[in-house]
Amino acid sequence: MVDLNLLADKIAMVTDIGCSGLFDTFFNVHALHGIHGRALTYATGLKLADPELNVIVTMGDGGLGIGGAHVLAACRRNLDITLIILNNFNFGMTGGQYSATTPTDAVVGSEFLNQAEMPVDICSIAESAGATFIARCSGLDKDLPEKICQAVRHKGFSVIETLGMCTGRYTKKNKLSPKILDQLTASLPARSGIVGKNIRPEYGKRYRELAGGRDIFPMPVSIEKKINLTDYQNQQVAILGSAGMRIVTAGDIVCYAGLLAGMNVSMKNDYNITVLRGQSVSEILISSNKIGYTGIESPTVVLALSAEGVQRRAKIFAHLKPTTFVVKEKSVAIPETRADVVEIDFRELKIKKEDWALAALGVMAKKEKAINGEMLQLSLESRFNEKTYLGSMGIINNIMNLETI
Amino acid sequence: MEGNEALARGAIAAGCNFFAGYPITPATTIFNSMLKMLPAKGGICLQGEDEIASMGYCIGASMAGKKALTATSGPGISLYSEQISFAVGSEIPLVIADVQRLGPSTGSATRGADSDIQFLQWGSTGGVPAIVLAPRDALDCYVLAVHAFNYAEEFRCPVFIASNKEIGMTKESFDLDSVILPPIVERKMFSGETYLPFAAEPDKSPPFLPIGGKTLVRQTSSTHGPDGFITNDPEVIAANQERLRAKILSAVNRITIFEEDIKENSDTLIISYGVTSRAVEDGAAILESKGQPVSTLTLKSLWPVPEELLVEKAKRFKRILVIEMNLGQYVNEIRRVLSGRKVEFYGQMDGVLITPAKIVEVFGNE
Repeated sequence: MVDLNLLADKIAMVTDIGCSGLFDTFFNVHALHGIHGRALTYATGLKLADPELNVIVTMGDGGLGIGGAHVLAACRRNLDITLIILNNFNFGMTGGQYSATTPTDAVVGSEFLNQAEMPVDICSIAESAGATFIARCSGLDKDLPEKICQAVRHKGFSVIETLGMCTGRYTKKNKLSPKILDQLTASLPARSGIVGKNIRPEYGKRYRELAGGRDIFPMPVSIEKKINLTDYQNQQVAILGSAGMRIVTAGDIVCYAGLLAGMNVSMKNDYNITVLRGQSVSEILISSNKIGYTGIESPTVVLALSAEGVQRRAKIFAHLKPTTFVVKEKSVAIPETRADVVEIDFRELKIKKEDWALAALGVMAKKEKAINGEMLQLSLESRFNEKTYLGSMGIINNIMNLETI
Repeated sequence: MEGNEALARGAIAAGCNFFAGYPITPATTIFNSMLKMLPAKGGICLQGEDEIASMGYCIGASMAGKKALTATSGPGISLYSEQISFAVGSEIPLVIADVQRLGPSTGSATRGADSDIQFLQWGSTGGVPAIVLAPRDALDCYVLAVHAFNYAEEFRCPVFIASNKEIGMTKESFDLDSVILPPIVERKMFSGETYLPFAAEPDKSPPFLPIGGKTLVRQTSSTHGPDGFITNDPEVIAANQERLRAKILSAVNRITIFEEDIKENSDTLIISYGVTSRAVEDGAAILESKGQPVSTLTLKSLWPVPEELLVEKAKRFKRILVIEMNLGQYVNEIRRVLSGRKVEFYGQMDGVLITPAKIVEVFGNE
């Protein structure tokens, strides 16, 4: 650090658990000592929060194994952090158990377990994961300080693997000397710094460039009351459809319509985690009172648009009141009900399935159930851009002009 | 807006300038919202390679002085656990939104439940008191996010917002302009001569200096003394452990947030929290219209347990009923606090909301 001519307050050492975790206590710099294998995660937060800081991470072969996902992510990201991996081939503190870098033929504290696995070459992994600087040498190599200086100066993610001797554990049962470390280094692919094929912009700089262009703060959707309705009754609208039928969008439109009339609204949706498959049910409340429970207990309007959606709420049909208005697409069967059912053949009207929910809103507006034509028109105007608005009004007008309903 | 967006907007209002998270239903839209909002405010928003990393990014950023938020659901809280312990023990301020879903484990991604109420308090090592807030609607998500940041900054600890799929992903209208937010509390910065990063009064959090500032700062997940170096001195350890408890427990009444609707001529108090309290209030309205008034207490801070409040509020009622969207997690705290008194309970954990009709029914099952 003296060679690098860096001020102590411009350096943060980030370490994790294990012998390598003592590293930060040897230096008079900022220090963050955290959980086993997670040092790179703290380092990432620090570096992005304070780009001026030189962040140096140490971890052992233990941290490398347990925090492998973070090593890969750091290589891919190329944030300007220096990672020094102090590889001494075993877990020293806990009794010399095998790690991700223990040779298969080593004698370790894990009995025979290491003999059934192969060690990783972290430098090769780092290269394929996109690290822009990779170096490897013996921990006793006289060039190590210079390598560290190069790594810290490098603008991007740099990895140095040092091969070292765990004198407390590993070397007691395995032959290892400074000379053997040099031989071992020589037997592995040479890693001496810049990885030309991976060179690309440093992540922090790139992030700031990309984020810097996004300067428009999204304001919340705000809908002013535009329609005065006298005697508006509270509404509970259930839209029963399938994923891909724009059920949630239709629910949004009903909410907007309610808001335009100065009402409180809520909408909860019920769908499975699968994308574009399964039921999609939207339940909307429109009320002049503050809304508490957001489920539907007694629907005033039900749109039955797919078998899956109806199936999901099959139980409600038996309890619908005679005043409940049900729009049922011709192809969709519904359980027996006392409700006021209007059947409509959207297929015959050449309306695409993804527009059935929208078209059903047209039926509601035409019959003045929960919403009227003005509410729907203003709602579509607020919810959509001009092109979509005009397209949707085309469908709505077709429905409104039908003489059969 | 949905509760998740409201929570994100509350965080922004509180001065949050760093977010890291990993996508998970039903919390993802907090991440989406922060990703839209933070860049425009000059903040940083990241997607971690996993939940553990996301928490690590927040910890690093918080130690650099940022106000950090992360958001997840039960499976993510499980992965956060080791980092939560670090933030608790090493007094790192951050806010964790848990948009709860039906557990255990992967459970149901798109079904709500108050699954994690005990987990949030006890999901870390060491048994240190946590702060857990519980919104009941989108408006609460907005307001409690500000409280959460204020508590995180003042007490230097992670603060949880125990939301629920049924709040986070439910859209509802509210009048944002009429909302009065609490004043913003900023982290107390150190201003003396010699900085010891964990030197503090016996019931307070230590003053802060960021890693990267002029004064060198030491942070560690290991048992430490005031200087931030590892210690095995029993007296130093004991004093620090006691302080971690005391800084939260001595402030419980100030942390406590609740709403009540006490009816003069009622002899039943229904205690609930979160989205369930909305059904409780609707149920109470139905009962009142039938000439059976009941009183309600809605807890918006669950941990530390507002013991004095519970004792005080329960005192005048003959019957205490607790309703939860799980099979009985917080009721155990209420029974402990009201020891010796009969506390009735109804819980439901089937992925759907408890209805007002169920509240009426449970009330009638005396």
